[in-house]
Order: sequence, then structure tokens, then C-alpha cells
Amino acid sequence: MAELRYNRMVAAALADAMAEDRSVIVLGEDIGGGGVYGATRGLKERFGPDRVLDTPISEATFMGAAVGAALSGLKPVVEISFMDFLTFAMDPLVNQAAKMRFMFGGQGSVPLVVRAPHGGGVSGGAQHSQCLEAWFAHVPGLKLVCPADPPSAYGLLRSAIRDPDPVIVIEHKALYAARIEGPENPPILPIGKAHIARPGRDLTIVTYGAMLRHVNKAADGLAAEGVEAEIIDLRSLQPWDEPTVLESLTRTHRLVVAHEAVEAFGIGAEIAARMADIGFDELDAPIVRVGAPFMPSPLARELENTYLPDADRVIAAAKRVLE
Amino acid sequence: MNMRQCLDSVDRAVELLHIPGAGEKMTNATPRAKPLDISKMKALYRTVLLIRRAEERIRDLCVEGAVPGFIHLSIGQEAVAAGVMSALDPGDTVTSTHRGHGHAIAKGVPLEGLFAELLARDEGICRGRGGSMHLADLSRGLLGANGIVAAGLPIAVGSALAHRSLGRTLLAAAFFGDGALAEGLVHESFNLAMLWRLPVLFVCENNGWGEFSPSAGQLAFALGDLAKAYRLPHRLVDGNDVAEVAAATAKAVASVRRRDGPYLLECSTTRMRGHYEGDPQRYRNPVDIAESAARDCVAIAAAKLRDMGVSAAAMAKIEHEVDSAIAAAVAAARAGRAPSFDAAAADAYAARIG
Repeated sequence: MAELRYNRMVAAALADAMAEDRSVIVLGEDIGGGGVYGATRGLKERFGPDRVLDTPISEATFMGAAVGAALSGLKPVVEISFMDFLTFAMDPLVNQAAKMRFMFGGQGSVPLVVRAPHGGGVSGGAQHSQCLEAWFAHVPGLKLVCPADPPSAYGLLRSAIRDPDPVIVIEHKALYAARIEGPENPPILPIGKAHIARPGRDLTIVTYGAMLRHVNKAADGLAAEGVEAEIIDLRSLQPWDEPTVLESLTRTHRLVVAHEAVEAFGIGAEIAARMADIGFDELDAPIVRVGAPFMPSPLARELENTYLPDADRVIAAAKRVLE
Repeated sequence: MNMRQCLDSVDRAVELLHIPGAGEKMTNATPRAKPLDISKMKALYRTVLLIRRAEERIRDLCVEGAVPGFIHLSIGQEAVAAGVMSALDPGDTVTSTHRGHGHAIAKGVPLEGLFAELLARDEGICRGRGGSMHLADLSRGLLGANGIVAAGLPIAVGSALAHRSLGRTLLAAAFFGDGALAEGLVHESFNLAMLWRLPVLFVCENNGWGEFSPSAGQLAFALGDLAKAYRLPHRLVDGNDVAEVAAATAKAVASVRRRDGPYLLECSTTRMRGHYEGDPQRYRNPVDIAESAARDCVAIAAAKLRDMGVSAAAMAKIEHEVDSAIAAAVAAARAGRAPSFDAAAADAYAARIG
């Protein structure tokens, strides 16, 4: 066992992938010096400037270049400093990378990985805090994963780099400094598989990413009141592990879906809709979602603390489905 | 699909490009500075004529209602595609535009697959899913026509990065029109390609129009001046003279392959049709259309061949061969199968998981 840090596990996954496969390159703004979060620290020294490319502040074009490189034999891993900046790179991701294999009649694929941190809690304000994963989950041709802890940061990134399709790895700014005890060499985790983070019999709480911490805290609070919540960490958002969620629902008959992203039209809406459909006969209560209110992310700590979903909100939702 | 299968499909994708791996010696990468001989000029004429006749056939098929989707013809601009491709190696990669039939033909995409795609048949190079605006043939280095103006430039920049990173002596060529020049992607791509000294040949097909408006009303700069700002080597040529385009491209390609970095070739050309088939062109002055016709690249190439002493019979033979090839391809395309929905849906991903 060792102390695992999220940003170091990202760097370790990149280093292991680069050592294993010469076609893996890393590019992004300021990454040679470790990037904003230290998630690429040491890579330039080890693999050189031809494989660790510091780009100009030019997201649309270096993302487009990554698409072209992926079509021509490389496996580029792009770092976007803040997920909000993907707005500049929508064309190469949505119109190009996501559709090429399909539009080209199955010729080739685009083995591109994009690492994009989302999330608030750092007074980033409305342009540096957004959780935009639902946008990308809505685009056929893209895959999305969202590691909630340091071992998943390693395991999911390794899978993303090996995957033949474009994969967006959504990290969380507040997690980079997170550390937990874990195995020195964490396993590679498959895309599309959820993880039952905590077994329980009374209700199922589905979550992903940094929200898992709040859900864990909520489950502790509920346990003190004699309620056993089962927690599912989705790990993968597109595709998401529908069978695991459904199976849990058949045991607990109650479902809460919690995420930091704005609740309306979010990932939780899709999960709730699917379970209301294929899991209808299993449900003993309405499905309740927990997410941010429908407003931009505010700056002031007092405002942001109220804005961000937390354990209390999860407990309140759990109590609603347990009524 | 398991991990092994995922990796296999990546290998297959790379194999599709048929690009020699690192360290492998490419075909002669030195410039072809030979003076233009008759056989080379005949080949150029043949390509120009093939594109013209193929697009005239596409126009007729559009009128007939046999071609679904939006069709943009490059009639009047054929010499750019023919001249530029004549100086590229088969492994060089190309990104094209919405006006891309000529690029595909000149890059060597078989006419059967091309027409079957335009008629949206299963035998099409993209199995009827792409059509005119998404023609792609990775095995021949055609990384796609593109429905998004200027989107091909960064893709070519990245393809050039892959060529260099993997030790290939190949280049990537990006075609775009003057209608793309106000897009930020053009400016950013010039910057990135120059900054990283990548083997990119930028080819601007300057026909004076951006969709339905003159580009003079859209641009505050001349392309040559913009190139200077990026210290990007730039040359302006008569894009309707296929021999001039071919010679200028050979020089540009030599410069790029010497690892001098990217090069911008601006080809002054003429759009003889509307923005799309069906465009009544009410915005266009009849004098301008007549002037375009007077600079017809097919006529210019034919006159050059005649001046070189090629007989009328030899010219007629080329025409006959071109027309026969097109007729056969159209007949085959008409006999093609409807695409399968299940096969299409399955190709949204290379590896389905879960």
C-alpha cells in the first residue's frame, strides 16, 4: 500500500502509457512544466519535447491537430486547463472526432483522449467551474469517464488511452490534491463499468466524480440513523453501466442520483429516465435528483457553498425517497 | 469488445493509412524539377478533364434527383486539385473542403467508389454515410472533405505532426478557400504550423467568393500580407494553369520536405458554378461569370497540349477514356445496394463497451 495522490496518478498513467506505446503523445497549455495541476509533472524531462508538446493558447487548433494526429497514427492525450475552455474546441470534438469513423463508413477511428477538469469549490467563478459533461454525453461517437479517486484516475486514463475511440476524461479540480491509501500499482479499469463503492439495502445513490465524497459523507449520516445506502460510482458516463444500476435498484427499490453539475437536463436526468422506464416495476418511490441549481456558478464563498450540492442535500433527497 | 479487440481495431485503423512506419524509407522525396514533358502534361490534362467531366455528370445526376444532400461543384477550379496532387507522394495526407470532388479524384480515389458514395450506395467509399461533403479514403491519405469551413487546416497540421513524430518523410496538405480566411482556425493553424515547423502545405483556392458573397467584403487583409505576419512562405500562382500549379507545388513540396516548415500556395481560380447546385447566383454579375469561363482551366490545358504538338486524335482518345471510365462508374453506382442501417449504427464506435 502507498499514499496515492490524484494528480500524481494522472501523471503515472500518462508515463506508463507513453513508456508502453511510442505513439502516445501529450499536448496542452503549460504542460511541460507540469500544467496548472501538476498532472503532467516530470513527463517532458522523461519523454522529451517531441512527445510532450507545450501548445500556444489555441484550443480549437490544438484539438483539431490532435484529431488529425489521431487519424494519422498517433494517440494524442490533450490537456485542457479548465473544462470551460472546451467551448473553443467544440468543432474538432463534436463535428470531427466524434463522427469521422461513422461518416467515413467505418474506415479508421480517432484514438484521441482529452483530459478536462470540471467543477467548483475553488471560487473559480462562472467561466472556470462548469460541469459540462452532459453536453458531451449527448454526442454519439464520444466516450466519457469521470474518475472519483486517485486509483480510478490511473485506471480509467489507462483505458482511455488504449481505447480506439475519442474519450473525454473528466477530472475534478478539487481532487488533484486528494490523497488516499491504495495499491502501489492500481489496476486498469474498464470503460463502461460502474463500481459499487458501498453496499447497502435501503436505497441506491448513483453518483460520479468528486460528488462521491459528499455522497459517502451522506451515507455515514444516514447509517447513524439506521439507513443503509448503496453507493454506485459510475466511473464511466458514456457509456454508463445501466445493468449495475438496475440490479441495485431491484434490491433497494429506491433511487437518488447526485452530481455537482446543474440538475436540469443533466446526466442524472438520463439515468432517472432510463430507470423510470426499464426499472418501473422495481420502484417504490419517485426517483430524486441532486444537482446544482439552474444558474451560473458564483464566485463568493458564501454563494458557492450554497450553490454546490453537498451531503446535506443528498441526505434530504434520500429521506424523500424513503418516505 | 475486449481490450485485445480494441487494440486490434486501432492497428487496423493505422494499417488503413498504408503509411510506412518509423525509419522506413519513402519513395524519392527530392523535388521533380524536370521540365514539363508531354507525358506529364498529358497526365495533368487528363486529371483536369476527368474532374470536369465527372462533375458535369454529378450535376446531371443532381438534376435527375439521384444525388441526396448538398452538392458543391469545383467546376472551374480543377487545375488546382490536379496540379497540387501531381506533386504529392501517395502517402501524403490531404484534408479537403465541402467543394472536394476534385481533390478526391486527383488523390486517386476510384471513380466507382466515388460515384457510389455520391449516390449514397453501400459500395460507396464511405458506405453511403458521408456523401459529397464527407468523402474520405484513408488508404489513399484523403482525411476527408469537410462540411465545416476551415476545419481541415488543424487536422492537416496534426497529421503533419504525426508524420514527423513517427519518422515519416511525408507531408500533409490542407485545401481551403478564400471564404475560410476569416475563420480563426486558419490563423491559429498558420501560427501552430510555423511555430512547430511542421511539414504542412497550405493550399488556398482563391475563387473570390465565400458562399454567396464576394470575399472582398469579408476580409480586411490580403493573404500574402497575412502570410508575412506569420513568416509563412507564400506564393501566388494562376490556379487555372495546371502546369503552373504543378511546378509551383513541386517547389513548395521540396521546401516542406527539406524540413523548412510549412508553405502557403495561393491559387487564383474561378468558381464557374454557384455555391451549391441549385444556387441561382442572382448575386453574381454576368460579366464575372463570363470572365470565369474565359479562364477555363480545361481549355488552357488543352491549348498547352496542342502547342506541344499533341494531335487532335490523341486528345480525343483521352476524352474517350475519361468519358468511358465515368460512364462505367455511374452505371455501377446505379446498380449498387442500399446501405444497411445496422452496419451504420454499429460504426458509431470502433469499440462498443458494456
